[in-house]
Amino acid sequence: MLSVQLTKRRGDFRLDLEFGAPTPGVTALFGRSGCGKSTAISLIAGLLPADAGRVQIDDDVLLDTARGIDVDARHRRIGVVFQDARLFPHLDVRGNLEYGLKRLPRTAPRPIRFDDVVQLLGLDTLLARRAHELSGGEKQRVSLGRALLRQPRLLLLDEPLASLDAARREEVLPWLERLRDGFAIPIVYVSHQFDEVLRLATRVVLLDAGRALAHGDLATVSRDPALRAIVGPDAVGAVVAGVVERINGGGLAQIRIGDVLLNVEHEAAVVGQRIQIQVLARDVMLATESPRGLSVRNAVAARVVSVTPDVGRAVLVELDIGRAATLLARITAGAAQELGIAADMQVWALIKAVSLRGHVFNVPAH
Amino acid sequence: MYDDILRAMLSPAETEALTLSLSVAARSVAFNLPLAVLVAWLLTRTRFAGRTLFDAFVHLPLVLPPVVVGYLLLVLFGVRGPIGGWLHENFGIQLAFTGTGAALATAVMSFPLVVRSIRISLETVDRGLEDAARTLGAGPVDRFFSVTLPLIAPGVLAGAILAFSAGLGEFGAVITFASNIPGETRTLPLALYTALQTPDGDALAARLALISFSLGLAGLLASEFIARRLRRRLGRA
Repeated sequence: MLSVQLTKRRGDFRLDLEFGAPTPGVTALFGRSGCGKSTAISLIAGLLPADAGRVQIDDDVLLDTARGIDVDARHRRIGVVFQDARLFPHLDVRGNLEYGLKRLPRTAPRPIRFDDVVQLLGLDTLLARRAHELSGGEKQRVSLGRALLRQPRLLLLDEPLASLDAARREEVLPWLERLRDGFAIPIVYVSHQFDEVLRLATRVVLLDAGRALAHGDLATVSRDPALRAIVGPDAVGAVVAGVVERINGGGLAQIRIGDVLLNVEHEAAVVGQRIQIQVLARDVMLATESPRGLSVRNAVAARVVSVTPDVGRAVLVELDIGRAATLLARITAGAAQELGIAADMQVWALIKAVSLRGHVFNVPAH
Repeated sequence: MYDDILRAMLSPAETEALTLSLSVAARSVAFNLPLAVLVAWLLTRTRFAGRTLFDAFVHLPLVLPPVVVGYLLLVLFGVRGPIGGWLHENFGIQLAFTGTGAALATAVMSFPLVVRSIRISLETVDRGLEDAARTLGAGPVDRFFSVTLPLIAPGVLAGAILAFSAGLGEFGAVITFASNIPGETRTLPLALYTALQTPDGDALAARLALISFSLGLAGLLASEFIARRLRRRLGRA
C-alpha cells in the first residue's frame, strides 16, 4: 500500500493532496497542466520539502512531518522519470543506466538485473551512445531503465510522453506496458492525457487546483462529473474492466464484464487477460425493446440509474449493467423524452464493436 | 630533446625566462583552480550575508593597479606580514622574492578571470540533472563530482587556459611582490623590461616580445579548440 498525504504552499498555489494506492499497481495522477501534478511528484520523491504530510510505501515511512521523519531523496529509493528524461550528457547510455545501480548500498538486494532491463526496454544497441545521439523516445526508455536499476520501491513517471509527438508516444507506450507487466513495482503515472491513463493505469487520482477531486479505480472515477469537466464532452465515457473470455474470428474478442459479454475489436488479446475498455458515451445508443435486424454487435440489457442534463441539447444517461458495472450514454434530450427514458427503466444499450478499444493488462510475471 | 631544441633556438637567458614563465603560470593555475571552483560555486549556488561584498572582493584584482595587489601581498605575505611571518616561523616557507611568490601574485591577479569563466558555466548547468542524480542515490559531494564538475569542465578548462596565458605575462604584481631576480622570478615580461633598460638590449627585447606573442596566441587557440571539443562531447556543439 502506498499512502500519500501532503500539503505544500508555493506562492498563491496550495497543494493539499491525500490518496492511497495498492502496491504493486499503476495509479495515475490525472489533471490539467498546472493542477499540481509535478509538485506532487517532487514532494513524493523528496526533491521539494513538504510543509506537512506523510509518505509511506508498505512498511517504510519516508516522510512523516508529525514525527520528524524526512528521508533524503537520495535514500528514498524512489525512481523518477522526468518529462525531459534528464539523461547525463557526459555519460553514455551504459553509464546512465549504471549511475543509480553503482550508488546502492553494498548489501542492498538487486532483484532487477542490468541485462533484464536492457532486454525488456530494447536498449542493447544503444549502450555505447550518448544522450544527444538518441531520439526522444529512446531517451525516455533509457531514463526508465536508469530508474528501474535503482531497484526502486516506487516509480514516479512525470508525464514521460508529454514532450514526444504522437508517433513517438505510440512508440514508447508499449515499452511502458512491458515495464508495468514485467516488474512488480508500484507506479505513479502523471499525465494530462486520458488515453494514456486508460491504457496504463487501473486507479486514478483526479487532481484539480492542488486537490484530489476523486480517487479510486478507473471505472468509478470515469463516471465522476469532475472528470467529465476535465476531459471534455467528446472523451466522456464509462471505463469497464473485464476478462478476455473468447477470441472469435475476424479480430473480435469477447470480454466478460460481470454478467455481460461485450464484443470488442482487438487483434492481440489472449484468453484470460485482464482488459480495460472505455465505452464513450457518444457511442452508446439506447433502445426500449430488444433490437432486431441491426449490424450492431453489442446489445446489453441495462437499467437506467439516472438521467442528467449534459452539454448542448443532450442528456447523459447512467446505466446499470449488473454486478455494479456502469455505462454512460449521451442521447439528445428530445430522444430521451420521446422514449420516456427515466430512472429504473429497462433498456438495451447498443454499442458497435468497432468503436471499442481494449487495453490489455498482463499479470506481472514475478 | 625538447630542451635541446629550445637551447638551439634561444639563448640561455631567454630559455630561463621562458621556462620560468611557464612554471610560474602553471603553478598559479594550480593554486587558484580549486579555490576558483569553490568560490564560483558559492557565488552561484548559495545565499549568505555579505555575498555582494564577497563578490566585489573577488573581482578586485581586475580593477586595482597590479602594483597595489603586489603591495598588499607584500604586507600580508612578507616575512614580517601576519600570514608570511607565520608561514616562515612554522614551516620555513618564504613567499616574497621567490618563484612561488611570483606564482602566488600571478594567481591572485588571474583569479577573477577563472571564477568568472567557471561561474558562467555553472549558471548554465541544468539543475534538473542534479535532482535526477539525487533520486539515483548521489549525495551533495558525489553529485558535484559526478555531474556538475563534468558539465562545467569546458568552463573550468577555458578559465584555466586563460589564466595560464595571462599568467605568462603578469608584470606589476610579480615585480612588486617577488622582485626581478634572474632565474628565480625574472619571467618573460620582467626579462623584456630588463632588456629595455640595458643599453643594447633592443634585439633581445624584440625576441622576448615575439616569444610572448606566440605563447599568448597558442594559449587562446588551445583554449578555443579544447572548449569546442568538450562541448561536442556533451552534445552542445
